[in-house]
Amino acid sequence: MKTHEWARDDGDSVKVGINDYAQDQLGDIVFVELPEVGATFEKGEEFGTLESVKAVSEIYMPVSGKVTAINEALTEAPELVNQEPYNDGWIIEVKPDDPDEVNTLMSSSDYLEMLKGEE
Amino acid sequence: MRYLPHTEEDVSSMLHAVGAEDMDGLFSMIPGNCKMEERLNLPEALTEWELNTLMDGLSEKMAVSPEYKIFMGAGSYNHYIPESVSYLLGRSEFSTAYTPYQPEISQGTLQAIYEYQTLVTRLLGMEVANASMHDGASALAEALLMAARVTKRKKVAISRLIHPYYRDVVRTYLEPGDYEIVELPRLENGTTDISGVAGMDDLAAVAIQSPNFFGCIEDLRTTGEVTHELGALFVLSFAEPLAYGLFKNPGCQGADIVCGEGQSLGIPQSFGGPGLGMFACRMKHVRDMPGRLVGKTTDMDGRPGFVLTLATREQHIRREKAKSNICTNNSLCALASAMYMASVGGTGIRELACLNYDKTEYLKRGLREAGLRIPFDSPTFNEFVVEFGEGFKDTYKKLLEQRIIAGVSLATWYPELSGHYLLCVTETMDREDMDALIKEVRS
Amino acid sequence: MKEFQGTSGLIFNEPLLWEKGKKGRRGFSMPRRDVVPSPVDEGLAGDGPDFPDLSEVDVVRHYTRLSQWNFGVDSGMYPLGSCTMKYTPKVNEREAALPGFAGAHPLLPPELSQGALELMYRLERYLAEITGMDAVTIQPAAGAHGELTGMLLIHAYHKSRGSHRSKIIVPDTAHGTNPASASLCGFNSVPVQSNEKGIISAEAVAAIMDEDTAGIMITNPNTLGLFEENIREIAEIVHSKGGLVYGDGANMNAVMGIVQMGKIGFDVMHLNLHKTFSTPHGGGGPGSGPVCVKNILEPFLPVPRIIKEGDEYRLSGEFPESIGKLQAFYGNFGVMIKACSYIISMGYEGLKRASQLAVLNANYIKENLKDSLYLPYNRPCMHECVFSDKFQEGEKITTLDIAKRLMDYGFHPPTIYFPLVVHGAMMIEPTETESKEDIDRFIKALKSIVAEAGKDSDLLKRAPTLPKVRRLDETAAARKPRLAG
Repeated sequence: MKTHEWARDDGDSVKVGINDYAQDQLGDIVFVELPEVGATFEKGEEFGTLESVKAVSEIYMPVSGKVTAINEALTEAPELVNQEPYNDGWIIEVKPDDPDEVNTLMSSSDYLEMLKGEE
Repeated sequence: MRYLPHTEEDVSSMLHAVGAEDMDGLFSMIPGNCKMEERLNLPEALTEWELNTLMDGLSEKMAVSPEYKIFMGAGSYNHYIPESVSYLLGRSEFSTAYTPYQPEISQGTLQAIYEYQTLVTRLLGMEVANASMHDGASALAEALLMAARVTKRKKVAISRLIHPYYRDVVRTYLEPGDYEIVELPRLENGTTDISGVAGMDDLAAVAIQSPNFFGCIEDLRTTGEVTHELGALFVLSFAEPLAYGLFKNPGCQGADIVCGEGQSLGIPQSFGGPGLGMFACRMKHVRDMPGRLVGKTTDMDGRPGFVLTLATREQHIRREKAKSNICTNNSLCALASAMYMASVGGTGIRELACLNYDKTEYLKRGLREAGLRIPFDSPTFNEFVVEFGEGFKDTYKKLLEQRIIAGVSLATWYPELSGHYLLCVTETMDREDMDALIKEVRS
Repeated sequence: MKEFQGTSGLIFNEPLLWEKGKKGRRGFSMPRRDVVPSPVDEGLAGDGPDFPDLSEVDVVRHYTRLSQWNFGVDSGMYPLGSCTMKYTPKVNEREAALPGFAGAHPLLPPELSQGALELMYRLERYLAEITGMDAVTIQPAAGAHGELTGMLLIHAYHKSRGSHRSKIIVPDTAHGTNPASASLCGFNSVPVQSNEKGIISAEAVAAIMDEDTAGIMITNPNTLGLFEENIREIAEIVHSKGGLVYGDGANMNAVMGIVQMGKIGFDVMHLNLHKTFSTPHGGGGPGSGPVCVKNILEPFLPVPRIIKEGDEYRLSGEFPESIGKLQAFYGNFGVMIKACSYIISMGYEGLKRASQLAVLNANYIKENLKDSLYLPYNRPCMHECVFSDKFQEGEKITTLDIAKRLMDYGFHPPTIYFPLVVHGAMMIEPTETESKEDIDRFIKALKSIVAEAGKDSDLLKRAPTLPKVRRLDETAAARKPRLAG
């Protein structure tokens, strides 16, 4: 399964969002369905959804772990995911079950190569 | 045929344009073993005038008010409908339009539905109402499914005093999923006994109806409190929304989802359908709500306008993950009820509700004075139960001959209440009609 | 005058209902009070709803103005694919409004409701005859409600045989209601792709049909406007593994009197009375979605059912295997009256002719527009044809722009962006009630729009300019929903 989430290792926790390519494909995001803080998910499991006017897209966990924070700002301003997908548009913060798992993810340069392959 | 505009000349030039020899040539892609070989056995086509005669004849076999004095309610109510409502509803710009997917040329339907949503929220005291469901029964089934989605639980408790047909529909909808339905018994006063709810765990919803099937006003506040303590949603069903012209609305008493039948508000009884499924909830649950929603926005020039919105909940986008499969709803009936609510008005609906209440109390009093027992002492609206006794069947038949229909027998649905009848009175019933019934059942 | 197209004239503004009126006005003739007031329990009485008070004139003018912002079939050609926006005969409205029908209480004793029962019985028999199926329920309120009924029937059938099947096959061209209805019954939808001819191949079905699959939901003619030519083989494959075939009959308007649905392998199918049988769509309902079945499914049909004994009709709930009730009463009787009137007015010849002309009109449009718009499946179509915006890609003009521009020419746009299998789809269903002149005008309008796209694409991007409002901000509507005033 190819997905378009990004994960950034912030020491104790991992921040998760969707990347610029995915937000562009989805178009204007109108609603972000967030999980509850404290919920746990397996890697690859759906933890929320992003809605544009005429499409819904699931968001998947890049690593297994527990949700330690959600980006409450998205409730009022879902457009942040469009405008700043890597900064203020982050979606959740996760405490990974296995801190090393984040190192197994695809690097951003490999990801860009993969996108080229899709086009 | 007058609906088909093509002349023979049109047909032959169009056939030529598409390269078909004749009409059969248009259907060459259909395998021979799929084709219909014989004529359909349908009656010969009638002219407009013959059709009128046929339909007049069928309709004349029906017993209707005012020739008959019909004391039946039980989910279908005879109220006056202003001619202006029927007239406006007949405007074909409304009636011959499709679902307003192209908002620029559907602003009439869209604004009217937005106004309907608003009037419904005001009537029920809720934050958001959808553009309609099929009827009160399917709306209740969808409300319970919604409560299960919101709470992620699969057990629902429903009052035995919810309309028996609504409960039937709930069972149909919930049968294939592994839901559990618990029925709540009734108290001696004709309302629901919710004491059993307290011990139930994993409950998604508690559903009661008010006024309930016996016409009794339920204790909404207490039901809401008990329900919320369990983390469940309080679903309130109704069949006679006119009651909220007089009684406290469900929203101010803790209901989370309010759903019911809106036929009372300007829609003909029409042998039970089409009616109007009204559906309202709290804003925080809107994304789990079934059905269409109209929202206010602006156009490219900044002018106000309306669109269908939050469509990602719906089947055409979310397909198997949709909140409901509903597509066509009962839009024109929603429009009728909005026109009706606008015509009666805020001051008028209270006066009309009081009149309905007072007339019902008049009949109740008269029957009591005639020596009949009114078994439930809770306040009622428009309907109440009377004990006519076991031998009443013969009197009922005799009354039919006098063109009086003395209510609905409860024995079918509540065997312990054989000899009990549900009577209904609305503003269409004159005092003389009620006096006539009282006189007949006394003797 | 003859060549003039589009809209012009006065467009009135009109405020919201509650921005009008004054306390104390009334648009309702309050019935005479002939009883004394009775006390109401103070703890239960409320304040009454905050409705505006309006006069009858206020109400009539309000809704008249609103209606003028709407486009209906009576306004002009409404070629919305998959929706069958045919003319809705006016005499049918008269029949439904007859006091004996409109004023009938649903719980009338049978001896006092023979007229309604006979009409419902007749309609069931007519629909059974038109489809070639054995038994019919007219209780479902709309197409999707009919689909749900069909899925419940299939579920009940398997259950009665002691088996529990978890999957159902749904083609990629299906209406969104199909998978949604299936999932309400706990079935997981398994997609099957249509082939390069735009139809389902028997092999594709054979590859996925198994003993855990309850059946297949198949729309025929399908949403590309094509006849599923392999339907009989597909049905045999599904039946051989113990599954059932569900037919979505939304497109029945193409094949009345031409295809016998009962013999192509359908075990259960729904019809849309508000499509094929001319009842008005009402801006989104009420509709009616009868379900027709073969004998094997008859025991499971919803109750109550209409029984004829001698010359008498009655309702019966005595069917122990029934799936139960789908609506409180018997379905949308008011809609049934109109559909029944339509069938009686058309007769066999009229219905068959309607299907022939519906198919002729669609093919005529397809032939005349296929040089202007891209036609992904260049084959004879049934009652609708599907184009896309592929030829306009270079001009950066999309299906949406073309659709919006059509409004300025006085036509309702076709269905757009459906079916999903065609990128930028435009699905055109003219129906049989459009005359050659109107269709020619429609073709001319689309050709002219295509020419505009090449010359002055801004005209399309800015469209529409003539209706009450221009393109609306749907993103803002969804981000900050304002759903009540």
